[in-house]
Amino acid sequence: MSQRTKPHHTLEDYLPMEASRLTGDATAKDLESIRLRTAVYVYEVPVRIWHWVNAAAILVLAITGYLIGSPPPTMEIGEATNQFVFGYIRFAHFTAGMILTIGFFARIYWAFAGNSHARQMFYVPVWNPRWWKELLYEVRWYFFLEKEPKKFVGHNPLAHLAMFCFITLGMTFMIITGFALYAEGAGQGSFFDGAFGWVLGLVGNSQRLHTLHHLGMWAILIFVIIHVYAAIREDIMSRQSMLTTIVSGWRSFRDNRPN
Amino acid sequence: MPEIETFYDVMRRQGITRRSFMKYCSLTAAALGLGPSFVPRIAHAMETKPRTPVIWVHGLECTCCSESFIRSAHPLAKDVVLSMISLDYDDTLMAAAGHQAEAALQDTIDRYKGNYILAVEGNPPLNEDGMFCIVGGKPFVEQLRHAAEHAKAIISWGACASYGCVQAAAPNPTRATPVHKVITDKPIIKVPGCPPIAEVMTGVITYMLTFDRLPELDRQGRPAMFYSQRIHDKCYRRPHFDAGQFVEQWDDEYARKGYCLYKMGCKGPTTYNACSTIRWNEGVSFPIQSGHGCIGCSEDGFWDQGGFYDRLTKVNAFGIEANADKIGATAAGVLGAGIALHVAASALKSAQKKTEDNKTKEEA
Repeated sequence: MSQRTKPHHTLEDYLPMEASRLTGDATAKDLESIRLRTAVYVYEVPVRIWHWVNAAAILVLAITGYLIGSPPPTMEIGEATNQFVFGYIRFAHFTAGMILTIGFFARIYWAFAGNSHARQMFYVPVWNPRWWKELLYEVRWYFFLEKEPKKFVGHNPLAHLAMFCFITLGMTFMIITGFALYAEGAGQGSFFDGAFGWVLGLVGNSQRLHTLHHLGMWAILIFVIIHVYAAIREDIMSRQSMLTTIVSGWRSFRDNRPN
Repeated sequence: MPEIETFYDVMRRQGITRRSFMKYCSLTAAALGLGPSFVPRIAHAMETKPRTPVIWVHGLECTCCSESFIRSAHPLAKDVVLSMISLDYDDTLMAAAGHQAEAALQDTIDRYKGNYILAVEGNPPLNEDGMFCIVGGKPFVEQLRHAAEHAKAIISWGACASYGCVQAAAPNPTRATPVHKVITDKPIIKVPGCPPIAEVMTGVITYMLTFDRLPELDRQGRPAMFYSQRIHDKCYRRPHFDAGQFVEQWDDEYARKGYCLYKMGCKGPTTYNACSTIRWNEGVSFPIQSGHGCIGCSEDGFWDQGGFYDRLTKVNAFGIEANADKIGATAAGVLGAGIALHVAASALKSAQKKTEDNKTKEEA
C-alpha cells in the first residue's frame, strides 16, 4: 500500500467493504483498487435492449439475405405446393427487417427521451476541433503510436465515427433500399410502394438496387467484424470496461487518473 | 383538311366483318384490364373517331420493335394500325421512299399540327452533332426534334427509345441518348422491351385512341397496365421459387422438371413487363416457359448489368470486374487478416509495455 494515501483515509472509508474482507479473498491492494475505481451509468435499458435486438436482427438479415442472393441447393421435400423453404427464408428476412426498422425508430425516439449518451450515435461533431484531435489520437493508438488510450465515457471518436457511418447512415441506407425492394413485391399502389417506390425510380433498375442492397450487407458485416474485435480489444487493453457495459449499462474505469 | 377515315371504315374496307370487329373490341378491353362495359365505348370510338395520325420515325435501332409490332396477335389490330401508320409516315413500312417519303412526313406534320402522335423507334446519337445516324441526308436528331415540335404526344418504342439499349451501353461511343433526354417538353410514354410485346404496343395505341388521353403511367413513365408488375410476380414457375427448387445448371434434372431459373440468372425478379401474362407469338410462350431465364430487356441499362446469367450487377472497380459478393468477401477477408495481424501486434506491444513497467518498478 502506498504511504501517501494512508493519512487521508480512516477506517470508515473501508467499512463498506467489510463483507468483502470477511469472505477472506480481498487483499488490501484489492480494497485500494475498489476505492479508486469509478463507474458511470452510460447505456440505459432501452439502449441495451435495442443493441441486442438489433444485433440479432442483423444476424438473421445477413444470413437470410445472403441466402436470398445465393439460394441453398434445390430441395425436393415435397411437391412445390407443400414446400416453402425459400419462402420461409424470405419471410425471416422481411420479419427481421421490420423488427430492425421498428427498433431503429424506437432508438431514434430514445435519443430524445434518454440520457445524453443515447444521442451520441446520431451526429458527429465535425465542427469541434477537439473531436478531430481526439480522433487522430485514437487512430494513433490503433497504429501503436500512442502508449496508452484515453478514457471515454461514451464512444471514443473513432468508434463514434464508425457507429455513425455504418449504423446510423448504413442502416438508414439498408432500411430504405430494403423497403424499396419489399415494395416491388408488395406491388404498385401499396403502402410500401407509396413510401419507398421513389427509390427504384432514383436507382433506375431493380437489379442495380438489389446489388446496392447486397453491397450494403457486406458493409454492415465489415462493421460487425471491426465492432466485435474493437470491443474485445478495448475491453482488454483500454482503461475502461466495454463488453460488460452493453450488458449492465455501467462503464467502469480502471484508474483514477484525470487523463 | 380532308375527311379522315375512322378505324371502322378501314376495317370494313379490308373485308373485316362486324362480328370480328366486336371480338377485337372485347379482346382489347380485356387486354387493357377494362370491364365489359368498356367494349361498346371502344367500338364507339373506333366507329366515330377519326384515326389519330401517327408518324413513326427510326433512329439508331434494329427494327425489332417494328418486327414485333406487325406480329400483333389480334389480326385486326395489325390490319388497323398498320393501315393507319402506312398512310402517314414510317420509312420502314411505307410504300413511298426517298424524297417522296420525306415529303409525306412534312405533309403530315403540316396537316395535323398538334394532333398527331410521334412514335419513335430507336434513339438519336448526339456525338459528332448526331452524324452517327443520318435519315434523309440529315442527322436523325434533327428529324426527331422537328417531328416532335408539333406532336401531341410521343411514344418511345422499345428499350432504345426508352433507355438507350445496346447502342447506349458503356462506353456509348456515339452518345446514343433516350428520347426523353432530348425532347423534354412533350408527354412521353415509354414502352420498353427489346422488342416490346406486340399486343402491348397495339394496346397502348388503342387506349390512346379510345380515351383520347395517355394511359396511366408509372413512375418511370411506362403504361402501368403492362409494366406495373415484374415477370416474377406472375411467373408460372413462382411456386418452385418459393419452394426453393431451382435449376442448378442447364440441362440438369431440375431444368427438365421446369424448376425456377433464379440461379441461372433469370432477371424475372428485377424486370417489369407483361411477358408472363400476355406472352409472345399469339400467347404461345415466353422466354422462361421455353427454359431460358429472362434477360431483363425492358429494364433501364440492361446491357450494363453484367452477364445475362448473373444474379448481381458487375461492378467495375480498379479495372477488375467483380460482383457485390466477391467485393464483400474480399474486403471481409482482408479485414480478417488485418485484425489477426493487429491482435498479434497488440499482444506484442502489451508484453513489451509490461516488461518496461517492471523495469521501471525495479529501478524505482
